[in-house]
Amino acid sequence: MERDTNFILGIYEDEDVLKDAVTKVRESGVKIHEVFTPYPVHGLEDVLGYNRSKLPIAAFLFGLLGTCLALTMQLLMMSVDWPMIIGGKDFAPLPDFIPVTFELTVLLASFGMVGVFMISSDLKPWAQPRIFDLRSTDDKHVMAIDIANNANIEEAKIKELLQSSGASEVNNKSFE
Amino acid sequence: MQVTSSVREPLVTGGKTYKDVTHDVARQVEGKPTVGWMLGLAVAIGTLLLGSIAVGATVWEGIGMWGLNKTVGWAWDITNFVWWVGIGHAGTLISAVLLLFRQKWRTSINRAAEAMTIFAVICAAMFPVLHMGRPWLGAYWALPLPNVFGSLWVNFNSPLLWDVFAISTYFSVSLVFWYIGLIPDFATIRDRATGLRKTIYGALSFGWTGAAKTWMHYEAVSLILAGLATPLVLSVHTIVSFDFATSVIPGWHTTIFPPYFVAGAIFSGFAMVLTLMIITRKLFKLEDYITMVHIELMNIVIIITGSIVGIAYITEFFIAWYSGVEAEQYAFINRAFGPYWWAYWSMMTCNVISPQLFWFKKIRTSIVFTFLLSLVVNIGMWFERFVIIVTSLHRDFLPSSWAMFYPTWADVGVYLFTFGLFFTLFLLFAKFFPVINMAEVKSVLKSSSEKVNK
Repeated sequence: MERDTNFILGIYEDEDVLKDAVTKVRESGVKIHEVFTPYPVHGLEDVLGYNRSKLPIAAFLFGLLGTCLALTMQLLMMSVDWPMIIGGKDFAPLPDFIPVTFELTVLLASFGMVGVFMISSDLKPWAQPRIFDLRSTDDKHVMAIDIANNANIEEAKIKELLQSSGASEVNNKSFE
Repeated sequence: MQVTSSVREPLVTGGKTYKDVTHDVARQVEGKPTVGWMLGLAVAIGTLLLGSIAVGATVWEGIGMWGLNKTVGWAWDITNFVWWVGIGHAGTLISAVLLLFRQKWRTSINRAAEAMTIFAVICAAMFPVLHMGRPWLGAYWALPLPNVFGSLWVNFNSPLLWDVFAISTYFSVSLVFWYIGLIPDFATIRDRATGLRKTIYGALSFGWTGAAKTWMHYEAVSLILAGLATPLVLSVHTIVSFDFATSVIPGWHTTIFPPYFVAGAIFSGFAMVLTLMIITRKLFKLEDYITMVHIELMNIVIIITGSIVGIAYITEFFIAWYSGVEAEQYAFINRAFGPYWWAYWSMMTCNVISPQLFWFKKIRTSIVFTFLLSLVVNIGMWFERFVIIVTSLHRDFLPSSWAMFYPTWADVGVYLFTFGLFFTLFLLFAKFFPVINMAEVKSVLKSSSEKVNK
């Protein structure tokens, strides 16, 4: 029989019920496509088995780039290209370079990290996202299960599993 | 399920559910503009237009339009600049520092406070740019770009240049922090909307779906941005204070300036947040989200920072006497008893004495008193900047050049322009953007509300 749906959605009302449900569904061998929540549910990423975000590393590396860029720029301009004695200060007054170095470190770390976040999370103004359930940005938590990824398990069994794990509704969803 | 805390007062009252939060906040964005909002916007735009005459005159004629003279070379312009920057600081403080300290009470007020930061920094930036005299060239000279005079570069020893970097970084990072926070809420509005509104909020929401993986990265980004913005806040006002502290002018050349300016910034910023929040909660009927708990906690911040500022004033006086430097001693006696005594004592009354009234619980939990005192603090902090700048300059090292400063209509007009600009931007924000961070309020609802999931 040809399937006319490709996702099964479990709708949950409460974040704690959701977290228990995720654990239960994963333990039963069903692969979860993604969970959609209207607000950040702490601990959800752990039960889903996601690795920790690597964005702090991106922030650190971009910050380091900012520090190097700022120091190099100031040294080249003030000490190499046009060295001048200003206010009796040294040609390379490092303490005076601290404010600009700090600001550029913060600027590059912030923008670099946010840029990586936007790209890795596919966030862009022209994006046409697949919305599984409109209520997932309002008051409901939505667990989406891709039927194709769970071909070895019967659809009815998955639905039963979601129902028994505390879902208030279980629906089918297909995308063109 | 009902969750109540016997230890703490609820942060969201009225037995709100998740759906209620969406409804209450999105109602503003989706509904027709109210008469009060339209009247407010008309007044704000009117002020903006009136003030733009002064801005136009300043750009056309030059800063000779202002009341500056040979002795008092900085007056209302830099006073207003430091004042607006200071006001901006509470936004980042509420969103970044309180996030780091896991203070849940920030969630209802952070969005509006961050918006306030951005608009206040725009207003602040107007003044140094206009003070350059030829802003179309000034912006070019302030950047480290190669120029036609040879390889002569900007002076990285100068606190004024540090300011350029500090303010522009502060503005950009605050803007990004604010926008990242808005994305999930734009998605909520998109999913409720139809037609053109759906297209606009769809673009603004960057295709947000609320996927658990995206939330995980989002939380990491928020926390790191908060970690970066916290020292940034301190650095910005520290650097603003360096504009004065690194000079040799008596009354300015003091090491207490950085912490004193930062405390003053938080003080005035929180006062402005209170002023705006009290109006917003009333106009948009958000009393269940911006509760008396929020107002009281902000008033406590005002007592603390007001007291720090008070101690700084006294310390300055003590050090002027203790240092034995006659010029320094004279500068301070002149501040308190010279021709600008009225400004000094207005500052003392508004900033040191008035906030102490918040020690009384009845006063700090009264909307009327809080609103009035928040205005008093804002006025006092303007006087503080005026006193520091003008009283230190008007009697310089040569008694023959001593002078007074009298503002002209252009001084007043440019200041009015920034008020018009600030309130126009804030009112537009309050109408078209979700004024309360829905996603964050929902995340604390279970632990901090009277009732959830009825």
